[in-house]
Amino acid sequence: MLQNIWKWLIVPLIMISIGAAIVIYAVNNPTDSIVARMVTYERVFRVIREHMTLLLVSMFAATIVGVAAGIMLSRPRLYYVGRVVENIVNIGQTVPSLAILALFYTILGLGFRTAVFALFLYSILPILRNTFAGIDGVDNHIIEAAKGMGMNQYRILTRIELPIAFPIIVAGIRTAVVINVGAATLATFIAGGGLGDLIVTGLSVHRDMIIITGATIAALTAVLLDYLIGRIEERIVRWS
Amino acid sequence: MIKLEKLTKIFPGQKEAAVKELDLEIKEGDVCVLVGPSGCGKTTTMKMINRIYEPTGGKIYIGGEDVLKMDPIKLRLDIGYVIQEIGLFPHMTIEQNVATVPNEKRWPKEKIKEKVDEVMTLVGLDPNIYNTRYPSALSGGQRQRVGVARAMVSDPPIMLMDEPFGAVDPITRARLQNEFLRIQERMGKTIVFVTHDIDEAIKMSDTIAVMREGVIVQHATPSDLLSSPADEFVSNLVGRNRSIKRLHLIRIHEILDEIDRLKPTPENASTEEIQKQLDKSEIRAVMVVDRDNKLKGIIGANDLKQRTGEVAADYCQDVTDTITSDATLNDALSVMLEAGEGYVAVVNENDQYEGTITLGDLLNVVKEDS
Repeated sequence: MLQNIWKWLIVPLIMISIGAAIVIYAVNNPTDSIVARMVTYERVFRVIREHMTLLLVSMFAATIVGVAAGIMLSRPRLYYVGRVVENIVNIGQTVPSLAILALFYTILGLGFRTAVFALFLYSILPILRNTFAGIDGVDNHIIEAAKGMGMNQYRILTRIELPIAFPIIVAGIRTAVVINVGAATLATFIAGGGLGDLIVTGLSVHRDMIIITGATIAALTAVLLDYLIGRIEERIVRWS
Repeated sequence: MIKLEKLTKIFPGQKEAAVKELDLEIKEGDVCVLVGPSGCGKTTTMKMINRIYEPTGGKIYIGGEDVLKMDPIKLRLDIGYVIQEIGLFPHMTIEQNVATVPNEKRWPKEKIKEKVDEVMTLVGLDPNIYNTRYPSALSGGQRQRVGVARAMVSDPPIMLMDEPFGAVDPITRARLQNEFLRIQERMGKTIVFVTHDIDEAIKMSDTIAVMREGVIVQHATPSDLLSSPADEFVSNLVGRNRSIKRLHLIRIHEILDEIDRLKPTPENASTEEIQKQLDKSEIRAVMVVDRDNKLKGIIGANDLKQRTGEVAADYCQDVTDTITSDATLNDALSVMLEAGEGYVAVVNENDQYEGTITLGDLLNVVKEDS
C-alpha cells in the first residue's frame, strides 16, 4: 500500500521539481534587468495562484452544470433534445477559446469574472457531452435487467447508469481540465490574470526566459492534473 | 397461478398486433415454455407479465390478483427475471449482483449474505471464490449461472426466463439445463420460459405453448405435442424425427434400473478375472471402480494385451466422458457421438459409478415408443 503511494507520487514530484527548478533558475540568473523585474518569486506565485483560481472555480462550476445537464438530457423524455444538444455542443467545441473570451469581453467587460465565466462555458462542453454519451452508452439489457428486478428510474440512474458511465464522465473532466489550463493563459488578454501574464509580457518585451517560465509551468500543470485525475479514477474504478 | 386473458400488445407505430388476444393459464409449480419462430410474440408475452411492456388490452392475473392494478416495482420484486443477454451489472461484484433484489427489498445485511452464499452454492459456484469477482472475469456459462442465482435469491414464487441458456455452447447448455431441472425439482417454482429451440422446450417443460404470429397454436404437455400436433405448423416445428425427440423426455435414471449389465470390476481384480469379464461384456470393455465405488477407469481388450501391471488399477485407462443420471437420453446420445463410442458411463455427483448406457438401450427406447 505504502509502496503504491510512492509509485503514485513519483510523476507528480518530478513535474513539481522541474517547475521549481525552472522558476529558481530564472529568478536567480536573470539575463537582464527587465527579466529580473518581471520574474520574481512573488510575481510567479501570484500568477500561479491566479491561474489555479481561474481553473478551479470554472472547473468546479462546469463539472456540476455539465454532469447535471448531461443527466437531464439522457432522460427518455428529453432524449431527442439531448441528441440535438450533443450536436450543438460538438459545433461549440470548434469555436476557438480566444474567440469565446473576446465574445464575452464585449458583453461582460474586462476582468477576472469574465474570464472565469468564459472558461466555465468552454469547459462545460466536453463534460456534458461525455456524461450524455456515457449514460446513453449503457447497454440496454443492463437497464432492462435492473428494471425487471424492481429498480425505479432514480435507483437505476444512481446505482447503475452513473457508476457505469463514471469512467467516461471522468474522461470528459480530464479533457476539460487540460483545455482549461491552456485556455486560461489567454485570460490575460481581458485582464483576467494567470500564467498568460508572464507569457504575453515576455512576448511583448522579447525575453525568452519570461515566456519559457510561464509556458512550462502551464504545460506541467496540465500534465500533472491529467495524471492525478487518471490515478484517482483508477483507484475508484476497479471493475473494468 | 398465472392467467392471461385476451392479452394484446400493439407496439406504437405498428398496425399488426405483436400479441393478439392471447389466453393462457399456467398452474402453480409448472414450467410453461413459450416456443415459436422469431417475431412470434413469445418474448413480448413474457415481458408483459412483469410489465416491462404494458399490455394494450386484456388482463393478467397472478394468484388471482390483477397485475395491471399493482405497483410495477412491487410486482417485479417478487418475480425472478432472467434475460437472454443476462445483463449482469459490470461495475458490481458477483455478490453485489446477486444481492440486487434483497438490497431493493432492504433485507438485513447478514440475511443477504447468507442467502447469496446459499443460492450461489445452489447454482454450482463456490461463493468463497466467486463472490468478490467481477462479471468480466467469468466465462459465459458462469455468467448464466449468476444470472439464474440473481433471479432466485429472494425466492420469488414466479420466474420469467428469456432464453436463459441461449448464449453458451451446446455441452454447457445441456449441463445448465440439467442443473436447472434439478433445482426446479426442489424449488417447484412457477416458470415462464421462452425459447426458440424446440428440443430445449421439450426437455424443460411441463407444458409447451407453441406460438405463431401473436397467438398460441397449441398448448399441451410435451408428450401430447409430440404424439398429436394440432396442425402442420406444429408438426413442422417439432420436426419429422419425433421419436428421436422423445429421447429428450426420458431421463437416464428412468431406464437405468431396468438394464441388466455387468457389475464393475474392483481395482484389485487380477488379469484372469478381467479377461473373464471382458468376454461377457457386450461393450467389449469393463469399468473399474475403487473401494468407494468411484469410477477409476476402463479396460478394453487392447489394454489387456498391453498390460503394464498385475491388477486392474495398474493399467486401466481414464474415462473422460461420463454423464449423470439426471441427464436425458438425448444428452447421453450426444456424449456418445462426441466421444465416438457406443456407450457412456453413468456416474453421480461424487463420481461414483451407477451403470452404463449403450446405443442399443437408446434404440430400444425409441422402438418401444413408436
